[in-house]
Amino acid sequence: MVDFAGWSMPVQYASIIEEHVATRTAAGMFDVSHMGRLDVTGPASRDWLESLLTRRVADLDVGRCRYTLVTTDDAGVTILDDALVGRATDAADGTPRMTLVVNASNRDRVVAWLRSRLPAAGVVLVDRTTETAMIAVQGPAAMEIVCGLCPPGDAARIGGLGTYRNAAATVAGVPAAVSRTGYTGEDGVELVVPGAHAVAVWEAILAAGSPRGLRPCGLGARDTLRLEAGMPLYGHELTAAADPFALGLGLAITLQSPQGDVREFPGASGLRRMRDEPAGRVRVGLAGTSKRAAREGAAVLRPGDSAAVGVVTSGSFSPSLGHAVAMALVDREAATAGTPLEVAVREAREAVRVSSLPFYRRNDPRK
Amino acid sequence: MAADLKFAKTHEWIRPEAGGLATVGISAYAVEALTDLVFMQLPQVGKHVKAGESIGEIESVKAVSDFYAPVSGEIVEVNTPLAGSLETLGKDPYGAGWIVRIRPDAPAEMAGLLDQAAYDALVKSQPH
Repeated sequence: MVDFAGWSMPVQYASIIEEHVATRTAAGMFDVSHMGRLDVTGPASRDWLESLLTRRVADLDVGRCRYTLVTTDDAGVTILDDALVGRATDAADGTPRMTLVVNASNRDRVVAWLRSRLPAAGVVLVDRTTETAMIAVQGPAAMEIVCGLCPPGDAARIGGLGTYRNAAATVAGVPAAVSRTGYTGEDGVELVVPGAHAVAVWEAILAAGSPRGLRPCGLGARDTLRLEAGMPLYGHELTAAADPFALGLGLAITLQSPQGDVREFPGASGLRRMRDEPAGRVRVGLAGTSKRAAREGAAVLRPGDSAAVGVVTSGSFSPSLGHAVAMALVDREAATAGTPLEVAVREAREAVRVSSLPFYRRNDPRK
Repeated sequence: MAADLKFAKTHEWIRPEAGGLATVGISAYAVEALTDLVFMQLPQVGKHVKAGESIGEIESVKAVSDFYAPVSGEIVEVNTPLAGSLETLGKDPYGAGWIVRIRPDAPAEMAGLLDQAAYDALVKSQPH
């Protein structure tokens, strides 16, 4: 067990590689209760989030979610976090019920920032993190396992959800908010359930999933899976002062409405400048040949040259590919796919090649 | 277990051999704790090392760890095939999973290491 943003969490239940492979070939189950879960309700909730987030929220229909950044206009633009904004079924009085899922390490400051921007009336912000639990079930067998624990109508609804869609369902007899999202590159869902029922849901999924190859997975496999899937992690690829366009996260930023109107939100002008004046290092994948991984902070160099052209932001042995992989920020001149580079691993240098991301893409029969 | 084994607090074992040599490896507990081993950097034959000095590194999916010379001496043999079959470390850590043979400068140095009972007690006190 390790401390992770104040949460005591397992790096692995048994073996990172076995958990990783189970998720790629069958299913993995992750306790992601450390992720911050915020409810934003009230008649003005949707428009308020529209005024704050880098993605459009005003046109977000019931049952949808989007990947967004949370920014302020400090120093032009400061990235507080990346998050998922969603819209659940409207409240009985017809007002929107919005949700935000934020990183554990950023939860306190995101909540403080949002509270500082609350209007006098019309929006209620409640941090539900400690009263709920969140369980991710990911992998090719994930939907079959979860749907098998739902009443037939709910199973059909959950099974029919598109990516980045959400719905309410009863899972293992427990009311759950279900979204077709994840952080592994696999199909699957993330479930939010009342904390009091979390263990029962976990155990029901484990019992139903184990015969199909499901394994409980720790932080180690979560990291290797998201690395193969080319997904950034706040604090590593994505940082407060990062240029999200250089990170390949332009899709998380909507600077104008479909009608061509300029969107305004905190940090928008700073982001416009970053979009219009590309500068600095860009995020790339680095594929190694050996199993020896470059770790975060390792210098990226041209062969035979001692001047760094980049720095590794995440690196590991890739269980799916059988060799080391990394994500790095490198100079634009060195960022072309196929460019031979080296990474400094302790006193040695390991040969790598610039690779497009993701390293791993699932075979998706739905596409 | 084997009465001829001594252990360093850093989880290496050492066993005296004939001819004034000693064999060094890492304990079953250490292998188990590391899990998911993917890479091993072995030292060069002929290198002289001091007790406590790093003689190589072992990398798991999650981290890189050094392993250390339990006594001072010259490295006279390296189990080179081990780097290509790291599963041997888990299957037979005190036999085929040996790492190096050392010619200790002062065999008496081994007396300062932990015996099996003391090492077992150390392992029991480790957080899980």
